Amino acid sequence: MVIKLNPEQAVLFGAGGRGGKAAVAEPEEASRKGRTVIRLSTTKAERQQEKAEQAKAERAAAREAKAAGNGKGSKKAPPAAETAQSMAAKQREISVSEFFTKNRHLLGFDNPRKALLTAVKEAVDNSLDACDESHILPDITVEIRAVEGYEDRFTVAIADNGPGIVKQQIPRIFGKLLYGSKFHRLRQSRGQQGIGISAAGMYGQLTTGKPMRIISRTGKDKPAHYFEIHIDTAKNEPQILKDEEKPWEVERGTRVEFELEAKFQRGRQSVDEYLQQTAVANPHAKIVYKAPDGQDMEFPRGAKDAPPQPREIKPHPYGIELGALMHVLRTTRSRNVCGCLSQDFSRVSPQSARKICERAGIEPKGRPSRIAAQEAERLYRAIQETKLMNPPTDCLAPIGEEALVAGLQKEFKADFYTAVTRSPAVYRGNPFVVEAALAWGGELPADELGRVLRFANRVPLLYQQGSCSIWESVLEVDWKNYHVEQSRGAPPSGPLVITVHFASVWVPFTSESKEAIASYPEVVKEIKLALQECGRRVSVFLSRRRRELEEERKKSYITKYIPHIGIGLREILGFPEKEEQKIVKQLTNILEKTRGGVE
Amino acid sequence: MVKRKKVEAPKISLAALRDAGSPAGRAETVGHIRKTADKMVGEIHRGDRPNLRFPIRSLNNVEYDPKVGYFELLGKKTERTLAYSTVKTFAQSVRMMAAAKTNIEDEEICSKREMYYNSKAWGECRFAEQPESDTVMDDIEALFGVNREQLGFVPDEKGGDVAGKLMILDRDAQSGKPLKIDCTKQGSGAWSIPSKVEHLGFETNAKFILVVETSALFQRLVYHGYWDKANCIVISMGGVPTRACRRFIRRLADEKRIPVYVFTDGDPYGYGNIYRTLKVGSGNAAHINRFFCVPQASYLGVTPQDIIDFDLKDATHPLEDVDIKRAKDALKNDPFFKIYPQWQAAINQMIEMGVRVEQQAFAKHGLNYVINNYLPKKLAHPEKFLP
Ligand SMILES: Nc1ncnc2c1ncn2[C@@H]1O[C@H](COP(=O)(O)OP(=O)(O)O)[C@@H](O)[C@H]1O
Ligand SMILES: [Mg+2]
Repeated sequence: MVIKLNPEQAVLFGAGGRGGKAAVAEPEEASRKGRTVIRLSTTKAERQQEKAEQAKAERAAAREAKAAGNGKGSKKAPPAAETAQSMAAKQREISVSEFFTKNRHLLGFDNPRKALLTAVKEAVDNSLDACDESHILPDITVEIRAVEGYEDRFTVAIADNGPGIVKQQIPRIFGKLLYGSKFHRLRQSRGQQGIGISAAGMYGQLTTGKPMRIISRTGKDKPAHYFEIHIDTAKNEPQILKDEEKPWEVERGTRVEFELEAKFQRGRQSVDEYLQQTAVANPHAKIVYKAPDGQDMEFPRGAKDAPPQPREIKPHPYGIELGALMHVLRTTRSRNVCGCLSQDFSRVSPQSARKICERAGIEPKGRPSRIAAQEAERLYRAIQETKLMNPPTDCLAPIGEEALVAGLQKEFKADFYTAVTRSPAVYRGNPFVVEAALAWGGELPADELGRVLRFANRVPLLYQQGSCSIWESVLEVDWKNYHVEQSRGAPPSGPLVITVHFASVWVPFTSESKEAIASYPEVVKEIKLALQECGRRVSVFLSRRRRELEEERKKSYITKYIPHIGIGLREILGFPEKEEQKIVKQLTNILEKTRGGVE
Repeated sequence: MVKRKKVEAPKISLAALRDAGSPAGRAETVGHIRKTADKMVGEIHRGDRPNLRFPIRSLNNVEYDPKVGYFELLGKKTERTLAYSTVKTFAQSVRMMAAAKTNIEDEEICSKREMYYNSKAWGECRFAEQPESDTVMDDIEALFGVNREQLGFVPDEKGGDVAGKLMILDRDAQSGKPLKIDCTKQGSGAWSIPSKVEHLGFETNAKFILVVETSALFQRLVYHGYWDKANCIVISMGGVPTRACRRFIRRLADEKRIPVYVFTDGDPYGYGNIYRTLKVGSGNAAHINRFFCVPQASYLGVTPQDIIDFDLKDATHPLEDVDIKRAKDALKNDPFFKIYPQWQAAINQMIEMGVRVEQQAFAKHGLNYVINNYLPKKLAHPEKFLP
């Protein structure tokens, strides 16, 4: 289906509510007439058609070009040069939904295999966030079913026992990108931008045309609300297809279900791995996984208490960027600079605020919005030079050394476990905590590269390992110092699993798909310090074990072989048994006194 | 030539080996074993770590003087002192010494493989594989400077096959009555050399002994009655010659004063391992080379020059890396080849040509070419054989 659009026809994808249609303008035609081209398909059939159209257009264009080249007096004039006016006709706002429809890879939906993982991940992360915030021990069920008649289509449903969502919010949460409760605050949580679950729904809608189905209930005495929702991608607005009250056996919680084009598999970078690692980092959660191949999995709760709840904080002025500082000065509710500094930032007392102003040569009672760019720069420098307390750290909820070890023990059988939780540090004004844990030996494969599990705010990161500061730090640590083998440019090898958890009020992801942590020097430094501490501990363990093994072997050598020297000598010389015993005893003494290894 | 200190050992003539099997020889070996054990017990009581000193068994602990005729042991020794790293082999050595003493006293013989199985009764101290037990056996043999047969250990391998103009004087195994074996009357088969050859006597008018590497060629020579035409004795070694085979050829050649000509594949293994071991012994068991060498042997072929002279170029194989390594090793480290410029020239020629040739390659010119052409042509000029 081809819809030709004029620039004036602002609604590019307005028909979405009726099943989502593709808007495809013929490129050749469109460019000639200066029309906007939006290529957007919703179903596979339509995408195929789109491809065919495009190929047709390209063939036609090629024919034309050939004709133009041959005939001297070309029939067609070359495209006219653009003017500011003609360009102005094409300049317009881009809806976020449109943007992400085109750039789905940015959200982690680049291929069907990854799409399934990302969809589950967004929903589970939300459930965990919601439960944690409401102090509820999470009970989550993930269900994936194959859609009959399709090989590449699945229904995904995630249900939780969380607080539920109030009726009016449901459509916006699920039918609008960049809508959420976590963006405008500084507090550690799994989601942050407010595009997680709605992006998953949008991907489902794009690939199958089907709406998202949500049912949620906020308490026993409240009704359960059932919604079917489409996203109008042009407007970035929800389109409600169904809104009704429904009987639901669940007293409280949320269940979201959608259909999507996907590929089911097990092993690395699969839903299994994500859930297993989620269990490692969230021992307080219980997760049940109903898989399409019938091999269900259950990750039982490993900790009785919910983690302490992080608190929301204001930004710390250390490391904040100049632009951000200027933004705060412009938008503050405080009437003077001194008040702004001490109220909009954490750890700035009125005294230190005055000190900062003095140092910057700025009138403390001046209006913040009047601060000129130059003064702001002086203020910025003065802040960095003034001694301030580190940001408060109750905004962070590290997993904790004990729980980290418990998580590893639950999923990996090893001989040695250790974990390190660093004290909080700051990057760009954001407090963060790094934790690292290490498991060694046991049933872990001995002749492979060590496994590195990465977590950000308790969420496993499964993709883009190579561009992640955790991976970079693992490679930069010199593991040979700790008697662990390592080749150049590779992680350490041997029977080991390393986990690194980065917890912060704002995780500096390298992209919206939240797969890798950006390499701020402060961040890399902290990760390396945590890893080095784990390394020191494993090295102590290894040398102790080596000594014990050596001692054991030495002892066994004595009992195994020394008696035979006695027997042999007695056979040759024919002395009495008592003499043989004496010789064996004496030989044992002699050997115990010798230095040197068994090999 | 630089004179180096040799292990003091009396020049043992051919007869000496026979004596070692006698009651006096046996008593001497047992005495040697007891003395070694006594010394160890003394060290143990003093609180010292007991140790055993073995002559180093390798090519760099032998020297070669053509006038002597075989590889002689130099004085280099290694010490095996009791430590965690040596305790297992130490215990195994002591137990094998005890086994040897029992063998000798009971006049019992025990094959190398039986010795290996014997050790299975030693619990944790047992040998895991036969090569381990063979190595310890070789060590003990060298430690006492005797032949393993004198310790009651006999090899499992066959000694070699004999056919041709030779009458062997043996005794019946049961009655001890004298027995004559006519090697011309072996039909399509052959007489096998036993592991002990000291008691054998010989009658022969043969002009020479032809010693060949492969049994395939031996078969062909027997099948066509080559020994009859050439009036000779043909012996097949079947690879590197066993000690019994070397000893047999030596005794026969010494007693009857007949020349020994050797015919092997033309490759570094044929020259360096088979021919050289037959003629001068090995570096691995240098303490007994004087019994097991055939200094009068000379090399008939196949030489690299034969490839050219007998037009065998298209019947050759390229040298593999191991061949080249072996050849270069022989030139550099083998005291035998280092002495003879003729051999150096031949080996260098082979490296240059880059090919090796098998004894059977002459079949290229017809199956009996080797009998009718090659051997007669070569035998016309024994003075041209390689030393
Ligand atoms: N299962 C749920 N239970 C309660 N609230 C939820 C649930 N899922 C999502 N929400 C709410 O919806 C908002 C938007 O979610 P999402 O689009 O995933 O963005 P983000 O998690 O980044 O904030 C969340 O901030 C949260 O307030
Ligand atoms: Mg989310």
